[in-house]
Amino acid sequence: MNGPRLRRLRSHLMVGLMALAVVLAVIPLLLILGTLVAKGASSLNLAFFTKMPVPAGETGGGVLHAIVGTLLIVGTACLIGLPLGIGGGIYCAEYPGSRLAVGTRFVADVLNGTPSIVVGVFAWTWIVSPQKHFSALAGSVALAILMIPMVTRTTEEMIKLVPNSLREAALALGYSRWRTSLTVVVRTTLPGIVTGSLLAVARIAGETAPLLFTALGSQYLSFKLDQPMAALPLVVFNYAIGPYEEWHQLAWATALVLILVVLVLSAAARLATRRKFSLHG
Amino acid sequence: MASSTPASLAGARIGDRVFKGLLTVAALAVPVLLTFLVWELWSGARLAIGRFGLGFLTSSEWDPVSGQFGALPLIFGTLMSSALALLIAVPLSLGVAIFLTEFAPTSIRGPMAFLIELLAAIPSVVYGLWGIFVMIPFLRATVFPFLKDTLGFLPFFQGPIYGPGMLSAAIILSIMVMPYIMSVSREVLLAVPNTQREAAMALGATRWEALTGAVLPYARSGVIGAVILGLGRALGETMAVTMVIGNRHEIAASLFAPGYTMASAIANEFSEAVENIHLSALSYVALSLFVVTVLINAAARLLIWRVARGSGGRSA
Repeated sequence: MNGPRLRRLRSHLMVGLMALAVVLAVIPLLLILGTLVAKGASSLNLAFFTKMPVPAGETGGGVLHAIVGTLLIVGTACLIGLPLGIGGGIYCAEYPGSRLAVGTRFVADVLNGTPSIVVGVFAWTWIVSPQKHFSALAGSVALAILMIPMVTRTTEEMIKLVPNSLREAALALGYSRWRTSLTVVVRTTLPGIVTGSLLAVARIAGETAPLLFTALGSQYLSFKLDQPMAALPLVVFNYAIGPYEEWHQLAWATALVLILVVLVLSAAARLATRRKFSLHG
Repeated sequence: MASSTPASLAGARIGDRVFKGLLTVAALAVPVLLTFLVWELWSGARLAIGRFGLGFLTSSEWDPVSGQFGALPLIFGTLMSSALALLIAVPLSLGVAIFLTEFAPTSIRGPMAFLIELLAAIPSVVYGLWGIFVMIPFLRATVFPFLKDTLGFLPFFQGPIYGPGMLSAAIILSIMVMPYIMSVSREVLLAVPNTQREAAMALGATRWEALTGAVLPYARSGVIGAVILGLGRALGETMAVTMVIGNRHEIAASLFAPGYTMASAIANEFSEAVENIHLSALSYVALSLFVVTVLINAAARLLIWRVARGSGGRSA
């Protein structure tokens, strides 16, 4: 019906439209990164990293309390989440047909899609409400819950890549199952597990919603996990919706730091797997 | 070195049992956590469920002072902002995914895919910050007046332009879900066997015809899965929406008017709520949001699995 020329023309036209979609979709995303650097970089100096916030209206001050807070909260979340996540992943990969593995896999997918704010409500009901005060630990638990299903799934996917012959060779040499799992299977796939864990850390480090009514935020430097604590994402949020120009400046600078942390973690995650391929491939 | 004396065999068996026991505990943590999560949400919401029942989901009154709560404006806001966001994001992200798998020069495919993955990692609160200080002033000065002038006869584009509102939330949401839809649908398209393309081209199809006739039908359920996954993200998205939607318990026809979503109402009111019934109503909202996202994600997973297992490709 259509002449070949018309058909070719239409093909070119549609491909052109899709190239346009690339431009349209990528522009706002690049704009965001550009604005962050432009607006945030000017406020980044030594004081920003080493000083505490100053009272509203005064210029200067830093976010040391939030840097420490994010490190503590995310660190505690890793202590809870990584062993459970990695262990669950190894279980799913090593006993793939068992009912528990099938169930865990499915539930991990369900939990992965759960809005982080819902997990925050859960942590509040479970920990904050009975204790009757906000605490950094509740925030860590919420972040750990977000982390566990992610780590479980990536760990399992990575271990599944290990050829069965490797496992059989170790067993044939008289290794027990647990030594095979740990020293052969997990050892081989360690860079992959590190990648999955780093990606999960990158994702939870930027989470704000689960911390809103668990860690709550604070104006002071605190090392107590059972007390409210500041965190970088909370600082961005509170300063962004605040009324002062100085606060907005700090919000941009903090957002830039936050995004650098997230991007460095993501890049490191990819590097970890790449090294694996150059070593073993 | 493992020798096969009975003693070391017994040791290995104990080691195996301990090892499996530890792993089982870790694997059990996930289902136990989910059960616990549902239980805690339900027990938190029990008071509100008892007082308002299912009418909670269809009532529009939200008055913490008199203790009357209804979530209809929140549900409306969540559905409306997500639907609008998908309307913008789906064509763009599918265009990008198709272009990157089918047409783009090989040299830019890898870097672009990497860029998209990185963009998916940007924290929500950073999108919100950008939304408040860059996107909203821009929209208020240019796009919104233009829409009002040209399409003002439609009820969606009438009324005062505040800046923060339903349309602003939808636009920021669309920017946020694009990387997800792009990367999942890209993977689905990569899973389509090359023979599909080659067969169509060999029959004389143009590249566009090969795509619509042979590649997309094969990948259809996976692509739909990617879109639904994006929908799940949009429904539960909290911080960026909270920062740009205007936060008002109202259902307005105009997209310029402020609105509210389930997630942002929880984010704003939970730490300030003092009355038990207020907290319980917010937990009820959280429970409803949870149920909706679980259903949506389960549907998406099923569709993506179909392509991955290859049964989605009943020949086109």
